[in-house]
Amino acid sequence: MFDFLDLQRYDLFGAFWVTAQLAVFSAIGSLVWGTILAGMRVSPVPLMRVFGTAYVNIVRNTPLTVIILFTSLGLFQTLGIAMGGESFKETNFRLAVLGLTAYTAAFVCEALRSGINTVPVGQAEAARALGLSFTQVLRLVVLPQAFRSVIAPLANVLIALTKNTTVAAAIGVAEAALLMKRMIENEAQVFLIGGIFALGFILLTLPTGLLLGWVSKRVAVKR
Amino acid sequence: MSDVPLTKAAEDAAPLAEDLVVLDSVNKHFGALHVLQDINLTIKRGEVVVVIGPSGSGKSTLCRAINRLETIDDGTITIDGEALPEEGRQLARLRADVGMVFQSFNLFAHKTVLQNVMLGPMKVRRRGKEEAEERARKLLDRVGVANQADKYPAQLSGGQQQRVAIARALAMEPKVMLFDEPTSALDPEMINEVLEVMKQLAREGMTMVVVTHEMGFARSAANRVVFMADGRVVEEAEPHQFFDNPKSDRAKDFLSKILHH
Repeated sequence: MFDFLDLQRYDLFGAFWVTAQLAVFSAIGSLVWGTILAGMRVSPVPLMRVFGTAYVNIVRNTPLTVIILFTSLGLFQTLGIAMGGESFKETNFRLAVLGLTAYTAAFVCEALRSGINTVPVGQAEAARALGLSFTQVLRLVVLPQAFRSVIAPLANVLIALTKNTTVAAAIGVAEAALLMKRMIENEAQVFLIGGIFALGFILLTLPTGLLLGWVSKRVAVKR
Repeated sequence: MSDVPLTKAAEDAAPLAEDLVVLDSVNKHFGALHVLQDINLTIKRGEVVVVIGPSGSGKSTLCRAINRLETIDDGTITIDGEALPEEGRQLARLRADVGMVFQSFNLFAHKTVLQNVMLGPMKVRRRGKEEAEERARKLLDRVGVANQADKYPAQLSGGQQQRVAIARALAMEPKVMLFDEPTSALDPEMINEVLEVMKQLAREGMTMVVVTHEMGFARSAANRVVFMADGRVVEEAEPHQFFDNPKSDRAKDFLSKILHH
């Protein structure tokens, strides 16, 4: 029944390894960029607020496929930005991480912003009254509490990100979805192959959700 | 309670100006509401000024304007000879010299009591961790909550939290302390423990601006009472004069409502 699963011919684990790498690098990137965006959206500088709001609303409402294709067709093939990649494989991987980061950061920003709203305004005022600068208030008082209250929603964003990595197949990154497409074309086992890949993604995302659910209970701030 | 110097050492305060906080023709609007109307107020070094008045008279706004948590529309506010800057680093530096205690305590919920008190000195004054901790422990001892140092704010009573908030403000060695209704959110039995700490501060010569409804405190600790109504300073007088012999009708009316019940 599983004769088609020729691991010599189909590098199943290699493909999922690329998926995991896409997810991890994009997660780190989008957490960093999303946090900066959230900082911009609550900043006292109007220009930063406008930029943050415009970025989130444009990127969040653009299909991921369009963004990923743009990184390849627009950034790389038209503008020649190769992201320091030495081969097509490397370049495409990095472009995919860039696209996923840019897209996911908009959602991280919004999750985080809802967390910022849970921190009582008075605490930020008290921090300012001590003489802390805006970035210090954000870094030392507001964000640590905001993060703790949005770990569960951030888990959703990370799970969505893990599944969104399949869009990288559109620019030829050899991740799980691309291998699945090839296997389905070559072998007449659509349900089994689909099932195997679905299981693979569940194995990646389920522990993320469980772990972060546990963490969010552990670090909740008592008020 | 141990003895910790609260104000800056005499040598770095060399030529002291008499007037520490000066408000000159300060105006502020909230939309159509004129909350501060042409306020002129001078607070001398070492003076304890208590601001009283009915709700909505602008007394909290006045207190918050002194460290620019509320912006003003026109007029000037000067602290120790320096005009209040607009925004940015200078404002932060000036705020570091002005301690503030809020009605709702506003302790940092994710930090322990000790960390709350150490944060300002370490991040603003760039003190070392050990120095900051030693001072923080002394201050917590002074306000009587040394044994709660490693707890989180939510584990403390309101009165304890407010005393921690006072210690947090004192840790910055401020030139002046602002109290914005510090006992209004407290259970009656906890009010005194906070007022005691404030009275002790007053005795030690701290310059204080206190917005409060505690008339007993105003009587016993204030050098001067400022009575506000409808965004104006209606009357300014020494406490015994104000309470026993108010001049304006508005103050007479206010006092008759709160003192006889």
